[in-house]
Amino acid sequence: MNHAYEISHLLAGVMLVTSFALLYQQRVAAVLNTFAAQSIALALAVAWAAWSQDRPDLFITALIALTLKGIVIPVALHRTVARLGIHREVEKVVGVGVALMVGLALTGLAQALLFKVTHGTASHAREELALALSIILMGFLMMIVRRNAVTQIVGFMSMENGLILAATGARGMPLVVEVSVAFSVLIALFVFAVFVFRIRERFDTIDIEALDRMRGDRR
Amino acid sequence: MIHAYQVVVVAPYVAALVLLVIPGYRLGAITNVVASALTFAAGLWLVVSERVVSDYAIVDEFNIVFIAINTLVGFTTALFSASYIGHEIETGRLTPTLLRFYHAMFQAMMGSMNLALIANNIGLMWVGLELATLITVVMVGLYRTPQAIEAAWKYFILASVGISLAFFGTILIYLAGQPALGEGVPAMTWNLLQAAASRMDPAILDLAFIFLLIGYGTKVGLAPLHAWLPDAHAEGPTPISAVLSGLLLNVALYALLRFKMVVAGQPAALDPGPIMIVMGLVSLIFAAFMLYQRRDIKRLFAYSSIEHMGLMVFAFGMGGPLANFAGLLHMTMHSLTKSGIFFAVGHIAQAKGSQRIADIKGLSVTHPRLAVAFALAVFAISGLPPFGVFTSEFLILTTTFAREPWLALLPAFGLLIGFGALLMRLQDTIFGEPVGPAHRVDASSVPLVLHLLLVLTAGIYLPPVLVAWFQRAAELLG
Repeated sequence: MNHAYEISHLLAGVMLVTSFALLYQQRVAAVLNTFAAQSIALALAVAWAAWSQDRPDLFITALIALTLKGIVIPVALHRTVARLGIHREVEKVVGVGVALMVGLALTGLAQALLFKVTHGTASHAREELALALSIILMGFLMMIVRRNAVTQIVGFMSMENGLILAATGARGMPLVVEVSVAFSVLIALFVFAVFVFRIRERFDTIDIEALDRMRGDRR
Repeated sequence: MIHAYQVVVVAPYVAALVLLVIPGYRLGAITNVVASALTFAAGLWLVVSERVVSDYAIVDEFNIVFIAINTLVGFTTALFSASYIGHEIETGRLTPTLLRFYHAMFQAMMGSMNLALIANNIGLMWVGLELATLITVVMVGLYRTPQAIEAAWKYFILASVGISLAFFGTILIYLAGQPALGEGVPAMTWNLLQAAASRMDPAILDLAFIFLLIGYGTKVGLAPLHAWLPDAHAEGPTPISAVLSGLLLNVALYALLRFKMVVAGQPAALDPGPIMIVMGLVSLIFAAFMLYQRRDIKRLFAYSSIEHMGLMVFAFGMGGPLANFAGLLHMTMHSLTKSGIFFAVGHIAQAKGSQRIADIKGLSVTHPRLAVAFALAVFAISGLPPFGVFTSEFLILTTTFAREPWLALLPAFGLLIGFGALLMRLQDTIFGEPVGPAHRVDASSVPLVLHLLLVLTAGIYLPPVLVAWFQRAAELLG
């Protein structure tokens, strides 16, 4: 194993650490900053893969990750939070301790699962994939244990970060796929933004619990 | 030379752009119908023209069935929508601007579904399904009521999670194909993946299929991943409910079946059949019981869709030429009948100004013709002869009985439970003292009658051409 893989593992590891950090942040602004940090780590990881695997097309993916998810989306969400005067505290379903323990268990599960399954694949790819799956599951967890719409968006975006990392880890995945993934994430964000505004407009809060009271079948 | 498959994908997107700049909603509705008719014509042309396999597009005996249904129901729904949606402006539920947006989104959604069906690349197919999903999320929230926003948000979160897991499964398929096909585009191409299936890594294939089953299974509406489906059907505009049930669920099922074909090509990998049988049966029986507690008519038929998707997944899980044939036939019949039912429900909701079953009593007194059409449609979906749904359900049950007699009891039980619930609800709505307002219905009944006639014809006489065509598709499914 040479240093190219060590660096890519280091960057993927940084992303995983930020996934854990997302779970214990107390303030919405801090969640957004942590997410930006994760996206920048993703951009670096993809750029490193582009350089070390000699695949210049991946630089485009890295650039998209850096500008969109590292800068534009966090800034836009910061402004949304400020403009809507949303609670600055993160609203939790379960406590930080429990969430972190579950996160740890999910990470262990992802590693165990992928190492067991991917015998034949090159070792660097399976390690990268295992880290990516951990990040995906952590994003999933974040969507479950946070009630606020903005923090759910961040959970979703963090999941997408894991997906892009996985796609980069799988060598030679065609560029068209990555570009269109980035594109659809952009649309997803647009949809999210529209909904945050509409939810706010109708409910005076973006706490998802207010939505649960509107279940159609209870009329 | 333009090929029909390009028209099927590109025409709706072009129409979507055009519709964005057309100001009047009447003109928009007409353009929507014309564009859908054009796409349908291209779909028909595709059926009779040569099959295609290129780097990014595939048209074979299997997906052509889906494309034909998709373009046909897209066209009839556009027809229905054109006569229906004006009413929403009169009642103030929609503004002209929103309606312009609605028409553009309708076409974009049709284009995305066709893209997912025609793509020869597993990544491109994923993109098509993701786009179609996001567009329907926006459509479900179109009315902007608190209920609509709740439904759209739930749909969005669950569908996003599902589609993300499906993408991870897609990456795993790519990895599993790499040893046999090398890096790059070939390891993401349907026909090559299928041909090379026996040389793919079985362990990764297993894991990939689980992710794909959970991911796309969420979109199919399989229990216990179905939570988004009833809300999304109930709160969106009725034409969208028709397209959701009739088409989008099929597209997700198509994705699942394609992956099943790949996984089944590797004997060392897990057998997708039993998993699909179990998930299908759970959905079927669960949804059949849930039918009894429904108070909202669109929600009722949404659960009925879960029931029927479960039956299809069960049939495809059984596999073999006959069960696959029955599954495909059932899918076709369900698409036609269920979208027809939603057209009828749209009429009823306009006539009564409500979707609550308690408010829809005595339809036979106030709107006799609508009551008859609705009753026929409900008979059709609950599997009474001579409608086509009976034929396909009968085929599924008999082929199961021939192979696994005891197993056939479960789907039969689920269907009977569902049958009882639907007839009970039908009785509630048709008979009794009329309550509430009784408005005139402006929406056209042509699409509903057309769908009913098609389902009836299929139930009485299936043309040999059609049978041969479905048989070829069923053989491809293995």
